[in-house]
Amino acid sequence: MNSKALKFGDNINTDIIIPGKYLTITDEKELGKHAMDGIDPKFAEKSRGGAVLVVGENFGSGSSREQAPIALKNADVKCVVAKSFARIFYRNAINIGLPVLECSELWPDVQDGDLLSVTLEEGTIKNSRSGKVFKAQPLPLFILEIIQSGGLLNQLRQKQTKKDK
Amino acid sequence: MNVIEKILSRASGEKEVVPGQIVDAKIDHAMINEITGYLVARYFHEVGAKKVWDPKKVTVVLDHTIPAPTAEAAEVHRLVRDFARELNLPGFYDVGRGGVCHQVMVEKGNVKPGDVIVGADSHTVTYGGLGAFSTGIGSTEMTSVFITGKLWFKVPKIIRIDVTGKFGKYVGAKDLFLRVAREIGFSGATYMGLEFKGPTVKKLSVSSRLTLCNMTIEVGGKAGIVEPDEKTIEYVKSKTSEPFNPLYSDPDAEYARTLKVDVTGMQSQVACPNAVDNVKPVSELSGVELDQVYIGSCTNGRIEDLKIAADIVRGKKVNPRTRLVVVPASQEVFIDAMKEGLIQTFAEAGAAIATASCGACYGGHLGVLAAGETCLSTTNRNFIGRMGDPMAKVYLGSPAVAAASALTGRITDPETLR
Repeated sequence: MNSKALKFGDNINTDIIIPGKYLTITDEKELGKHAMDGIDPKFAEKSRGGAVLVVGENFGSGSSREQAPIALKNADVKCVVAKSFARIFYRNAINIGLPVLECSELWPDVQDGDLLSVTLEEGTIKNSRSGKVFKAQPLPLFILEIIQSGGLLNQLRQKQTKKDK
Repeated sequence: MNVIEKILSRASGEKEVVPGQIVDAKIDHAMINEITGYLVARYFHEVGAKKVWDPKKVTVVLDHTIPAPTAEAAEVHRLVRDFARELNLPGFYDVGRGGVCHQVMVEKGNVKPGDVIVGADSHTVTYGGLGAFSTGIGSTEMTSVFITGKLWFKVPKIIRIDVTGKFGKYVGAKDLFLRVAREIGFSGATYMGLEFKGPTVKKLSVSSRLTLCNMTIEVGGKAGIVEPDEKTIEYVKSKTSEPFNPLYSDPDAEYARTLKVDVTGMQSQVACPNAVDNVKPVSELSGVELDQVYIGSCTNGRIEDLKIAADIVRGKKVNPRTRLVVVPASQEVFIDAMKEGLIQTFAEAGAAIATASCGACYGGHLGVLAAGETCLSTTNRNFIGRMGDPMAKVYLGSPAVAAASALTGRITDPETLR
């Protein structure tokens, strides 16, 4: 995937990603409009057309709300590359089909708006402005399969359909 | 093995487990609230599931937005209420019947020592206070748990926290945790568990142990735990007649790290904006003026907490520049507080008192903050924007500090009011 980078710092928690006041919104597209509202109310405009979120340590700390990765996915975020993730967010993101990569070295190299090419299979990220290529820990195959199915539920449905045939 | 390893090993049928190992564990109980639960209802239908693996083992609570502050919230309630009815779930707690999900879970006897419990809420870690392994998960995984009754876990490394010394009159579990948070840091226990041990923990009440474990997620913890003892067993037996088998750490159990804390002479502790590890002794903050004080939540909204606060405000008035909001953690706590005259004490002091819910803790309703306002809260999180406007400031402290601060209108050490 090729997308522009949007960069934030450490400790972006779930209340920043999707503040509590939006949690009764049941329409996923609508949730997407409020992604990252706690830090940048214009985020959804900036991420339109696809973005790679480049963030610091402890991304997604706090709540178990799955609305956090759902909001990012619906704001056209294609991938999140963090120095590190909070545990529940990491699992939730994979389960809803939002790719997440851990890579500490990318962050200092990236500026807002840089064009990044990400290959999930190898876990590589290329910054076309600096020309540098970064290596994240590639995702295990079973996790890649969940993401490529569009999430755990889609994967369950696809398995179900195969069984039914 | 330590107590968490033993619980996970028993639940997965493995003779022995080691940190890092992935196990498929049987779940003893699962819990959703309306915020995470409407997604579970949606996904459950989407995958064509018809039945819950064991309807007695799931609990559904409306707690974040009750009574419904908006039509949108009411619609979310309806989705979850219909789901609970459709599945014939005996453990459904509607508005006015339950309260904050974690308090409801322990009160209704759904948490037993040695159990594996998952909840679609990050503060599910609370149940470690009763010697269970419990952790927060998302709605997709919860859907799978509802269908299969199982979930995979990576066995966590454990930080052992040895606590010694005697607490001062107004110092307790909240202060101890904030002190630990300062040491460990907000992400210092990510992917790890915390086991609280030592003579001082042994002396803590069940309520205080729940407070301690409740906040372990605030340092990234996957679970917190206090080994069960006679107090735990007595409490659980008063709530359920179901059998249970407590587990304990071996004397030679291995830990990733041990942290020693002596609480003798420790002041009340306060977490300053906007991070739970930005902790200072209360005396250093006596200049901070407050617009609001909030007493409630799954951290410090139990009867023990309300008693401590009521003893401090009894016969006095909340400072005119400050609002005091009191929200009992559950309907049961509310009723007990009424019987003991605490509700009257708070009302006469000038507090606003609301039905049991998560209220303003997560920025929902019943006391959210305006830009530039400052609040001292007995809750567990002071993230930017958590309790309302991103320009509001939230300090976290104990019920004693909250009550004393409400009287003076600024952050106050309860010791100075004696």
